[in-house]
Amino acid sequence: MKTLIIAEHENGAIKSATLSAVTAAAALGAPVDLLVTGNDVAAAAQAASQVAGVSAVLTAEDAALAHPLADLIAPVAKQLAGDYTHILVGASTFGKDLAPRLAALCGVNQISDIIEVIDADTFKRPIYAGNAIATVKSSDATKVITVRGTAFAAAASEGGSAAVSAANATVGTAKVRFVRADVTESDRPELDSADIVVSGGRGVGSKEDFAKVFELADKLSAAVGASRAAVDSGFVPNDMQVGQTGKMVAPKLYIAVGISGAIQHIAGMKESGVIVAINKDEEAPIFNIADYGLVGDLHDILPELVSKI
Amino acid sequence: MKAIVAVKRVIDYNVKVRVKADNSDVDLANTKMSINPFCEIAVEEAVRLKEAGTVSEIVVVSVGPKAVQEQMRYAMALGADRGIQVETAAAPSSLDVARLLAKINEEENADLFILGKQAIDSDNNQTGQMLAALLDIPQATFASEVKIADGKAEVTREVDGGLVTLEMDLPAVVTTDLRLNEPRFAALPKIMQAKRKPLAVKTVEELGVTLSNSTELLSVEPPAERQAGIKVGSVDELLDKLRNDAQVL
Ligand SMILES: Cc1cc2nc3c(=O)[nH]c(=O)nc-3n(C[C@H](O)[C@H](O)[C@H](O)COP(=O)(O)OP(=O)(O)OC[C@H]3O[C@@H](n4cnc5c(N)ncnc54)[C@H](O)[C@@H]3O)c2cc1C
Ligand SMILES: Nc1ncnc2c1ncn2[C@@H]1O[C@H](COP(=O)(O)O)[C@@H](O)[C@H]1O
Repeated sequence: MKTLIIAEHENGAIKSATLSAVTAAAALGAPVDLLVTGNDVAAAAQAASQVAGVSAVLTAEDAALAHPLADLIAPVAKQLAGDYTHILVGASTFGKDLAPRLAALCGVNQISDIIEVIDADTFKRPIYAGNAIATVKSSDATKVITVRGTAFAAAASEGGSAAVSAANATVGTAKVRFVRADVTESDRPELDSADIVVSGGRGVGSKEDFAKVFELADKLSAAVGASRAAVDSGFVPNDMQVGQTGKMVAPKLYIAVGISGAIQHIAGMKESGVIVAINKDEEAPIFNIADYGLVGDLHDILPELVSKI
Repeated sequence: MKAIVAVKRVIDYNVKVRVKADNSDVDLANTKMSINPFCEIAVEEAVRLKEAGTVSEIVVVSVGPKAVQEQMRYAMALGADRGIQVETAAAPSSLDVARLLAKINEEENADLFILGKQAIDSDNNQTGQMLAALLDIPQATFASEVKIADGKAEVTREVDGGLVTLEMDLPAVVTTDLRLNEPRFAALPKIMQAKRKPLAVKTVEELGVTLSNSTELLSVEPPAERQAGIKVGSVDELLDKLRNDAQVL
């Protein structure tokens, strides 16, 4: 038994989704290798080699891999798959894009979003927006799995000393080209690893009024999230959407402001430590899962909170 | 240009599912079923491409029991031209659906495949990527904008850090995200017309595909429920609770 994790990295650092996958892999009890792909991977490979619990780091370096394209990374991982019983990727948009493509190349099913490792073949995963937890058993020779980051603590990014070597794999040519990235610039903590998240919904009212949510977040050094309705209304960019089909978060404190609590939203935040809901409708479903509810107008409550923290 | 759109029949997104008492599965008896919302967006996108003169024919495919024809008819009411149902007892795995779609394409030779990014029942988010792998064609997942010109597709994708735009040679697979479009309502005359559109039924055996069955569902449990907490009367009380009781501030 041996596990390969396909690393997601940015500016030479390993992303937290990958570090959570390392923790999930540790539960399998077999050696863990990390595959780092990219154009210039030296820094990321160095960072990968220091992750606690990693046995070996394999690199695939090629100009064509400058952008993380599943079309190119999947065939690289496929060439290595024979050595592994498990291939894990974090369930970020990177992993969700890549893992199924790799699984199909390997001719196996893929298991999405595991939240628990029962044994080498058996896993728990949420289905139906987390309203049911399935236990599934796979008989595939290579199990291709994505790991839900909120269910596994991040492995320590220091303390390891894995050897780095070039993977024995060739890089193909893709029929897809990177055109551009429109990255949301922010100095705030990342949504999927922040200790505190403040999320705003349609009730916030407008893009301008969302400044009040940002102010509270800044006061708390929190990340900012949103409901789908807030994103659809153009208050904030898409990468802030929390929920079944957006990001999964589980901070120590989650503050939902002007969010009604649809099942799709709750699916993305109900594992949070403490949940606070601020809503003017005392019947809003969000109060059914909130530890502390405050009924009132967010336009009054947010400034008062900011002034009193 | 021919487009294949895959649609899945799923529990309606407004319904909260319950787990069966014997923990064998979820209970879908007497539950309202609908077209998977992401598939509805996929159909709408194909219809818009047809209205723009880019796509000439839209073939809607669904894999499952006869009941899926209801959602196929709905897709036809939105504007799909004809349908192919692959008859199976239950909805098979994403890999099997991808294999069946790839097999159907041997005859259809589509230029564009539009799938939902995720079925809201299994929450798999796999089929489109698998189909692209099996056909060895490019993929653009989680699309919020699709432009097609000169045999190429330019697709903007919603990713964790923001947006990424890719250009792909056709044929290619696109999977839809929520912001791609807002599906229209199916007007009554269109619903009537849709009943007369061609709908072929094929079996898995006819298509010569062996279903994989490598993932076994052992049990299904309800999640740990959160209990409703308390309502506080003021900002001061809230801060006091967060600082002193919950100790998160
Ligand atoms: C396929 C699919 C996927 C989806 N995925 C997601 C997802 O990932 N994430 C997600 O969030 N949603 C998702 N949704 C949408 C979801 O169903 C809800 O529509 C959405 O979460 C509602 O957002 P909201 O709570 O901000 O808006 P609303 O439901 O409109 O709620 C607004 C709330 O604000 C309150 N309010 C208004 N004004 C004030 C005020 N001045 N002060 C205080 N409170 C106020 C109101 O009382 C109300 O409760 C999805 C839907 C579908 C169909
Ligand atoms: N049984 C099915 N029949 C037709 N299309 C399907 C089926 N299952 C999945 N799909 C397609 O694949 C998409 C993603 O589903 P999944 O990968 O299962 O989450 C759906 O939105 C559909 O477009």
